[in-house]
Amino acid sequence: MKTLSNPLLLISHAHHGYAFNKVGRAGLAVIIFWGLIAIFGPLIEPYPPGQIASYDIFTPVSAEHWMGLDYLGHDVFSRVLMGARYTVGIALASVFLACTGGVILGMIAAVAGGLFDMILSRLLDAFNGIPSLLFGLVAVAAVGSSIPVLVLTLAAIYLPGSYRFARALAVNVNTMDFVTVARARGEKTPYLILREIFPNILGPVLADLGLRFVFIVLVLSGLSFLGLGVQPPNADWGALVRENVEGLSLGAPAIIFPCIAIASLTISVNLFIDNLPTKIRDRS
Amino acid sequence: MPGSLTLWFLVLQRLGIALLTLLIVSFAVFFATELLPGDVAQILLGQAATPEAVAGLRHAMGLDEPAILRFFGWLAGLVHGDLGTSYVNKMPVAQLIGDRLINSLKLAGVTTVVSVPISLLMGIAAAMWRGSIFDRVISTLTISLISVPEFLVATLSVLVFAVWLGWLPALSYGADTSSFTALLKAYAMPVITLSFVISAQMIRMTRAAVIETINTPYVEMALLKGASRRRMVLGHALPNALGPIANAIALSLSYLVGGVIIVETIFNYPGVAKLMVDAVSTRDLPLIQSCAMIFCVSYLSLITLADLIAILSNPRLRH
Repeated sequence: MKTLSNPLLLISHAHHGYAFNKVGRAGLAVIIFWGLIAIFGPLIEPYPPGQIASYDIFTPVSAEHWMGLDYLGHDVFSRVLMGARYTVGIALASVFLACTGGVILGMIAAVAGGLFDMILSRLLDAFNGIPSLLFGLVAVAAVGSSIPVLVLTLAAIYLPGSYRFARALAVNVNTMDFVTVARARGEKTPYLILREIFPNILGPVLADLGLRFVFIVLVLSGLSFLGLGVQPPNADWGALVRENVEGLSLGAPAIIFPCIAIASLTISVNLFIDNLPTKIRDRS
Repeated sequence: MPGSLTLWFLVLQRLGIALLTLLIVSFAVFFATELLPGDVAQILLGQAATPEAVAGLRHAMGLDEPAILRFFGWLAGLVHGDLGTSYVNKMPVAQLIGDRLINSLKLAGVTTVVSVPISLLMGIAAAMWRGSIFDRVISTLTISLISVPEFLVATLSVLVFAVWLGWLPALSYGADTSSFTALLKAYAMPVITLSFVISAQMIRMTRAAVIETINTPYVEMALLKGASRRRMVLGHALPNALGPIANAIALSLSYLVGGVIIVETIFNYPGVAKLMVDAVSTRDLPLIQSCAMIFCVSYLSLITLADLIAILSNPRLRH
């Protein structure tokens, strides 16, 4: 098996089975769009998101306020731009923590085997027996809600799943001849993990990272929607929906646009992962 | 005989793992809530309390004992049905939860009855006409529904059914529940929302289970000997997909646990989840712990049930 030395090469190598189809490309475009908004959003926001722009509330779409005004008269467009930073930022930080931890532990467990593998697997499986939103609720109830707490909690919720996934892949690779040869050569465990196993599970692990990102966005917005996630004056998209829930009976754009933002991000990531070239997704 | 022995060994092993998991989960729930900053006795008595009064209450509540002893005391109480006393209104937790639990079970029950038959039909139909327009529409719809948070499904249903069409009231309780139609209307929104969330999962898993059996050589054989598409799916593939489908149903129902938390909150439905979310904001520990355990036990039972069905329906383990 070839290793993925430069992932960017994949996109140009259409004839090798690495082509992205149209749906996948559309998904990727939306993901890149929200990524850019999360980074550069503050540069283009027309009003400061915390400033009351007008005394009207829940107004329809207009030329001055592209997404109307919210329950206090904030400019919704500016607040959606700000929300992108919290939703995307917190979810990215959590998913990287969860997957890095899970993949490293999973590879170690697969290579080491024995008692270490058994105890770790049982323990982390037990955490899978707690519904994710409930885990978040209890953790937030215990230590209060702040951004570091949210990142760590969300990472803790999704680490066991990532561990299980990476371990299953690594166990398969571990039985292959080139690993046996490396072992016979006298290579040590860190070398086996980094040079033999990791490159061969990277594709599926990245696909799994994308799916887990979606789950994290869902739980994060769920917590914020319950008022236990990102706290005012800051707001992620889930918190924006919560704030404006009274506008629901008016059909106000203040509640519709944050919903569209969440849905467009999560659906795009799912469609992108679903349409990944099979060579990346199912390498093992 | 050795075959069926292996089978029962697997079943017992799975049940043992479930019990062990439950123990670890209860440990986690207890100690997570123990982390709460601040002294419970101090919070209960307020800032003006004398140190002696606080110490007295700590002793009376058993808070001066080591945490591990209190954990086993709490666990023993749970097993006997003694859930402790609420910190906030001094009522027994069991009494607070009683009616609420029945309400939540009603909601979950009605949702199950509504969504299971619909999902099975749609999942099997999508598998039968795989690649057709119908299949593609179903696949796109279900993946979209899975991708969005439950509250978004709820918000959109309110927007469509209550605001634009005006068929149903937006909130379920506080609404009139005297007549049957009124009751139906009150239940409709929460049930519709939950059904969407559960069905999307169930349809996808059912479709995948049926397609997996369609891809086996004996089903291909049935097609080659001239059986119709319907006969091939319903007569040959479906009986062997029943195990995986039952597994899919149990797994999808476990999504009820997360869904119910959001749905009860948004529709103001007086169930256990609403009770728990309220308890989180008032930091009522015994109530949070008991509600959390109720959810964990239901979730774990459904997951274990799904695993057991998978084990029992595998013919290779039966003989």
